[in-house]
Amino acid sequence: MTDGASALMDDAWGRMAFAAALFSVDPLQSGVLLRAAPGPARDAWLALLRNYLPDAAPLTRAPVNIADDRLLGGLDIAATLRAGRPIAEAGLLAQSHGGVLVLAMAERQSARTAAHIAGALDRGGIALAREGLAARQDARIGVVALDEGQGEDERPPAALLDRLAIHLDLAGVRPWAGVPSLIAPSQVAAARAQLAKVTTPPEAIATLVGVAARFGVDSLRAPLLALRVARAACALRAASTVEEIDLEIAARFVLAPRATCLPATPQESASQDSASQDSASQESDSPETDAGSAGAPDAPKNDNHGRDRPSPEDIVVAAACAALPADVLARLASGDVHSGLSPRSGHSGAARVSSRRGRPLGARRGALREGRLSLIDTLRAAAPWQSLRRRERPDAERLALHVLPDDFRITRFRERRETVAIFVVDASGSSAMRRLAEVKGAIEMMLADCYVRRDSVALVIFRGKQAEVLLPPTRALARARRVLAATPGGGGTPLAHGLDMAATLAESVRRKGQTPLVALLTDGKANIDRTGAPGRARALVDAMQAAQRLRLAGCAAIAIDSSPAASGADAPTRKIAEAMKARYLRLPFVDAARLSEAVRAAATAT
Amino acid sequence: MTSLQVNLPRDTARPVSVVHSPSQSTSAATRSDPTASYPFSAIVGQDDMKLAFLIAAIDPSVGGVLVFGDRGTGKSTAVRALARLLPQLRAVEGCVYNCDPGAPGGMCEACRKTAPGEALKTALRPAPVVDLPLGATEDRVVGALDLERALTRGEKSFEPGLLARANRGFLYIDEANLLEDHLVDLLLDVAASGENVVERDGLSVRHPARFVLIGSGNPEEGELRPQLLDRFGLSVDVKTPTDIATRVEVVRRRDAFERDPARFQRTWAPEEQKLRRRIAAARRRIGEIETPDAVMEKAARLCVALGSDGLRGELTLLRAARALAAFEAQTSVGDAGLRRVAPFALGHRLRRNPLDEAGSAVRVARAIEETFGA
Repeated sequence: MTDGASALMDDAWGRMAFAAALFSVDPLQSGVLLRAAPGPARDAWLALLRNYLPDAAPLTRAPVNIADDRLLGGLDIAATLRAGRPIAEAGLLAQSHGGVLVLAMAERQSARTAAHIAGALDRGGIALAREGLAARQDARIGVVALDEGQGEDERPPAALLDRLAIHLDLAGVRPWAGVPSLIAPSQVAAARAQLAKVTTPPEAIATLVGVAARFGVDSLRAPLLALRVARAACALRAASTVEEIDLEIAARFVLAPRATCLPATPQESASQDSASQDSASQESDSPETDAGSAGAPDAPKNDNHGRDRPSPEDIVVAAACAALPADVLARLASGDVHSGLSPRSGHSGAARVSSRRGRPLGARRGALREGRLSLIDTLRAAAPWQSLRRRERPDAERLALHVLPDDFRITRFRERRETVAIFVVDASGSSAMRRLAEVKGAIEMMLADCYVRRDSVALVIFRGKQAEVLLPPTRALARARRVLAATPGGGGTPLAHGLDMAATLAESVRRKGQTPLVALLTDGKANIDRTGAPGRARALVDAMQAAQRLRLAGCAAIAIDSSPAASGADAPTRKIAEAMKARYLRLPFVDAARLSEAVRAAATAT
Repeated sequence: MTSLQVNLPRDTARPVSVVHSPSQSTSAATRSDPTASYPFSAIVGQDDMKLAFLIAAIDPSVGGVLVFGDRGTGKSTAVRALARLLPQLRAVEGCVYNCDPGAPGGMCEACRKTAPGEALKTALRPAPVVDLPLGATEDRVVGALDLERALTRGEKSFEPGLLARANRGFLYIDEANLLEDHLVDLLLDVAASGENVVERDGLSVRHPARFVLIGSGNPEEGELRPQLLDRFGLSVDVKTPTDIATRVEVVRRRDAFERDPARFQRTWAPEEQKLRRRIAAARRRIGEIETPDAVMEKAARLCVALGSDGLRGELTLLRAARALAAFEAQTSVGDAGLRRVAPFALGHRLRRNPLDEAGSAVRVARAIEETFGA
């Protein structure tokens, strides 16, 4: 490593700057995740990147919510009409060919947008099959994803994260000027030329794969990307063979940020805990120490199994660990970590395409009754055919514009998914005698709440020998109230059957694209089993199984215990609630506000 | 159909050339860049996925392959690599639908018309493996009015879409779970009928569209709709290998390929050629593979034990086992073959048993043990 580079690695901003230089050596079909709030640090980093990238490489910015036709391209109507033949308009991906695409608010990008970008990153091009055009366009791009997410849940789509080599977090980093005097843009340009001459010893690959495995990084793209970064690091110090120092740099920028666990050395799983705490406390004592040559001070700790020198893998692991901030280390040590890349990709999952309301999502061909007409898109669709249609129907010469039903374009919207609250109500004798009125009161409260949120409700009642769907999903809440009020109580408690019916209903609700929410009200005194035969033991076993089925159906649930007896952890309703992973509430202690709060919380959690 | 002829100029006795639009040459490039294709035989591990693809290549009637699983496991790589292993097709020369001269019943209208009188010119061409890009619009999938001709000559003609090109080949959907619903519906309809019917822009066209659907995706991005799931004959779960030596080999080969694709392909060319020959040989042999009654019975018992709905599972199971036997140069289907393919053929057809938390793979394994164990 050159002096300038090693000086950089000793400082937080210096490391960020060094990463910019690394990325600029080999930017295409790779990328950087830049987690930072908008502000001077992020601007400074992007300015630095601009400085390091070749002048010829365009730096294009993609806005959040970019529509498919802007990203992939389509028909340029104006040019098409002017030229009298189809003219394609390049999308942002093709426009960025040879350069870097800067993705704003990456944590808000949809999985689809991410898939388009991921495809371009994988293949260096895009397959265009849109609006009468079919072509393969070159799109070898690099991506800088600006991630403004807060907290673990708000992250860019995993498909994208997986393909971005370098992950940076600018939180708390203060930029300073003078980086270009330590690594000059000319040095980066020289490294680009040097890159083709860099050779990699076979052990280097094994080391990186081993390090990735010890950090619990599953995806095989990670070690591949790390290898490329190691080569870039090697080229940046004007060398021609990848060495340990390059692997360390690759591990700290590519592998460590992806860590899902703290690396353990196989022989010393026993001393692993203390070792990791050591390095954690060491890190918090002096956060910026031993960055450049981190291997040396840490290595002896891992070296009590009789080797003179730790393996290259150990050294690289230690160096990468030193790069992890203290809080991340602590989180990894406690095992409180999302399985690698967060499956919930940033934006709210329970959204769907709608034809009536929500955020506009572009237009598609459709009939007028299917939704709202998008006038501009319809005219665009009709425009190319005008001369042809005029020729075909000379009788309609007076028409200024020939628009056919096929031209109609319907605006699509993305809307929040509708929730269907399924009330499963115990109207058995044991429940009814004492509390049915109270239960009904609670439900009415929740119904009112559902009305405010414009949810649908369904009502399943169980009593006697079996359950029945008293009310299929409906928006007519007044009707629900009436039906409920007219429901007599009495008989046994076929809880299992009630839950089964709720699960079936929940599955059908989900198939319709709505989100089910189950609210169970019972005293938990199941005494009728699935076959309709009486018997407490069997009935409870069946009820537990039915509750598990509901959990597997994966819908949010709350269970409200209406039994009057003061009961502890072994109250049957509480057990049922645990089996279906429902939030458990007890009626005597639940007032109107808490009930409606519980339902709201469960509904928004989906 | 009649309206298409009315719209076409009278002298189009060979409508094939008329419907064949000039932009067809550019659309051929939609196929993934052939110069950058990773060799199938160089894929490390992932035996299940590779076998499922080979089975589909040997007997397309197994009805498609769904590959779902972890990121970076080479799902797309394998599909694109498969394209280079498929035996060439004999098709009517110039026909955009790759019509089979040996099967007049399944021909497009143009080929059917010329068939009785004159002998059709045929030619060998690579079996199509068509990518359905995520951002594809409906008109390019089903085909639509040819914009270029309409603008330059004011003529109405049909420009075939991706479904036409995929006829007798493979249609590949990457990230199948992100495909828009209306396209999924459309694909299901065509896959079920083997025919694409276009009624739009004043055109009325129908043409054969029999293809093997290959889908890949990541379950984290959303489940596949049950109807679509059911369309796939085979389904494979892919997992990242955990064994370090395997992982090192994956990275090493991938890196070697990326650094010098041409050289890598040359190194693997003999292996590829061998595999290509094995597939071709298996295709010739598959008609002669015997299926003993005992094996049929076991297949039936397995399906009953798993409660997989309908006969489709059983049929697919037997077909896949037959293809495997042909690939391994055996003369009849045996228990071992059945056991090998059962997880792919049946795993995605199980009714969800709410009381069983085990994954479908475990349940299939259990049923296999019960059926074959004794």
